[in-house]
Amino acid sequence: MIPLSWYLTLSALLFSVGVFGVLARRNAIGILMGIELMLNAVNLNLVAFWRYLTPTAIAGQVFTLIVFAVAASEAAVGLALIISIYRRRSTIAADEINLMKW
Amino acid sequence: MRPEILTLLIPLPPLLAFGLIVLFTNRSNRLSHSVAIGAMLLSWALAMAVFFLAVTTPHLGEHPIELSFPWLPTGTTSLSLGVLIDPLSAATLFFVAWTCLAIFVYSVGYHNFGQRREAHDRAGLPPHGGGLEPMYARFFAFISLFAFGMLTLVVSDNLLLLFVGWEIMGLCSYLLIGFWFGKDSAKKAMVKAFMTTRIGDVFMLLGLAYLYSATGTLNYRAILANEEVLHHLATTPAFLGLSIAGACGILLFMGTVGKSAQFPLHVWLPDAMEGPTPVSAMIHAATMVSAGVYLTLRIFPLLSAGWEEGGALTPAMVVVSSIGAFTALFAATIAVAQNDIKRVLAYSTISQLGYMIAAVGIGAFVAGAFHLITHAFFKALLFLGSGSVIHGMEHGVAATSADAAHAVPGQGGPAGVHKVKAHVDPQDMLNMGGLRSKMPRTFWTFLVGGFALAGFPLITAGFWSKDEIFAEAFAGGRLVVFATLALAALLTAFYTMRQITLTFLGQPRTEAAGHAHESKWTMTLPLIVLAVFAVAAGWVGIPHDFPLIGGLLPNWMHDFVGGTLLEHPHPIEFSPIPLLTSIAVSLLGLLGGWLVYRNVKAGAPDPLVRALGPVHTLLHRKYYFDELYDRFVVSPAYWLAESFTYLFLDRKLIDGFLHGVAEVAGRVGAFLRGYIDLPIVNGAGDLVGEGVKRAGRSGRIIQTGRVQGYLVVGVAFVAVLLSYVLLVRP
Repeated sequence: MIPLSWYLTLSALLFSVGVFGVLARRNAIGILMGIELMLNAVNLNLVAFWRYLTPTAIAGQVFTLIVFAVAASEAAVGLALIISIYRRRSTIAADEINLMKW
Repeated sequence: MRPEILTLLIPLPPLLAFGLIVLFTNRSNRLSHSVAIGAMLLSWALAMAVFFLAVTTPHLGEHPIELSFPWLPTGTTSLSLGVLIDPLSAATLFFVAWTCLAIFVYSVGYHNFGQRREAHDRAGLPPHGGGLEPMYARFFAFISLFAFGMLTLVVSDNLLLLFVGWEIMGLCSYLLIGFWFGKDSAKKAMVKAFMTTRIGDVFMLLGLAYLYSATGTLNYRAILANEEVLHHLATTPAFLGLSIAGACGILLFMGTVGKSAQFPLHVWLPDAMEGPTPVSAMIHAATMVSAGVYLTLRIFPLLSAGWEEGGALTPAMVVVSSIGAFTALFAATIAVAQNDIKRVLAYSTISQLGYMIAAVGIGAFVAGAFHLITHAFFKALLFLGSGSVIHGMEHGVAATSADAAHAVPGQGGPAGVHKVKAHVDPQDMLNMGGLRSKMPRTFWTFLVGGFALAGFPLITAGFWSKDEIFAEAFAGGRLVVFATLALAALLTAFYTMRQITLTFLGQPRTEAAGHAHESKWTMTLPLIVLAVFAVAAGWVGIPHDFPLIGGLLPNWMHDFVGGTLLEHPHPIEFSPIPLLTSIAVSLLGLLGGWLVYRNVKAGAPDPLVRALGPVHTLLHRKYYFDELYDRFVVSPAYWLAESFTYLFLDRKLIDGFLHGVAEVAGRVGAFLRGYIDLPIVNGAGDLVGEGVKRAGRSGRIIQTGRVQGYLVVGVAFVAVLLSYVLLVRP
């Protein structure tokens, strides 16, 4: 059986890729995709811990499902916002969306 | 209804009338005088009912009509209010109710009700030429309040309520004397009257307080009809060799001196003639000045505590009788040399009040009360009669000056040429004469009043009451008082006849007098009513053993009013000497007055001026009392108020001190602001504010607004923390 640390390492790598995406991308869709990666890294962790540490309890799976739901709705709302901004400003570069900055 | 309740109701209608007139009806003259007279009529009816109940009650002195209820709790005791009708207050109530009613009715005519209000008449000035008084309703409000004060005083059962009524009258007297406040002289007179009586009132209040502290009550019956209390008061020494009874008596008597215008506080009464004539009659004959004598009669047991009938007088009685007798003579001499018709009557009032006071002072309680009653009637009659004369003269002056409007605008007045019509003084008797045929009703009633005042034998009331005083003084052996009063009576008869002769007899001395005419019925009816009393009021006090007619009528005065006292006074033996003296001085005085004044020509001076020379001037100037008081009391008081209190004490000392304090405080404040507040407190505050601002400006640099930048920091921080936790800690 594959040891737990492999899953955790994969998850950490996946999270780091997501963080990098969020930090380094100017494109708002890119940032959104980074966030999705981070959430999935967390999901991976949850499932791995559930399977290896508490396989009888159901909490890990439930958490994962909730995170899916949140991620889906977040993506839906985020993409809708981005489309709306694009229609008005013809850009989706995060640093150019500065309407509410002082 | 029970007589106590009736008594309680007597003073209330005029008070109600006062309120109604002031608040609601003052726009309507007819309504206002109807309310006032209606209320007075109600009081009069109540008073008459109570009077007849009182007269028919046997032994009223021992069992008076009495009602008392607590009013003001003071610690463990309480001051009480209440009413009391004993013989003295019943008799007083009788004449007060009658004279007040007469005066109320008379005022309607006197203030020209029914005439148009002239356009040039101003409120605060007497109307010229028969126009309606501008402040007609207000006058009735004032006299209603006045009547309330007097009736309260009479029905009261204690000295405190008496004092309340006393002061209400004081206020009303002030307001009424200054009724024509547009006249400078009236303004001065009102202040003078108020201040002078105030002096007496202060002493009276002291007496009240002293009596209250000594006995714990102010009720008449509890003090004055209580032998134990009287004995205790009479035997406990107070000060200056006086017993408490004597000291209280004298202090209370000082109130009388002010109110009844006795020497040395007599100066206000003649000046009070500035008020309208009904006021003069009301204040100076029937009510207010009588109140003073009433008080002295009330406190007679206090004054005479320790005195045996026929024995030596107590010190308090000596004081009272000497002031009374002196005032009687002193004022009579002044009255001889006055030319103003009302002023003569004013001094005559002072003199007659002196008679009563002297009578009380020598122990002749009943005689004093008797003279009080008869005097109230005939003096009210004389005042109202003189008002009628003045009224007639004013019509005459208005009628003649209208013709002479473009004649010589000369300097009229008593000393000037009397043919100049512009400024004929309608009150100067030298301007009158011959009014007998013009104003017959006024003349005959005035004659009755004057003869009563002079004590014309047998038929007039004044004779009987004055004779009673003479008889008592003679029988008691008070020969000094007797002689003084007899001399005063001679002068009284003289100036009375002088007044009648100058006013009514002979030929008119000015055209104004020639054009005078009789007053309306509202003025003459009260005169006739009062004239009846001026004669009939004497019949109730004819001594039993008077020759011929004694005993035909019961000596009601003695039997009834004498019952007020604890010990019923003994009737004195009849003696022909005082009787003959009384008749002689009266007739001689009247004859003398007629002989001297029957031939005074127009413009001629008073015949006495030549005969008496400087003495006449002295009398005419009233012994210079006004000047004396002005010099020694009024001027120092002004100096004290102006130079000392105002300029020195107030302006220099108190203001100076205050300004000094303000100066010091200002400097301390400036120092605190300049050296402490601005640099230290404000500096510290500013420093904090500036520091925060600068720190904020510096910190703003890292606030880029880029979420990704913040995240970098966050990630870096987490990385550092993680590496610490993972690598360094274990």
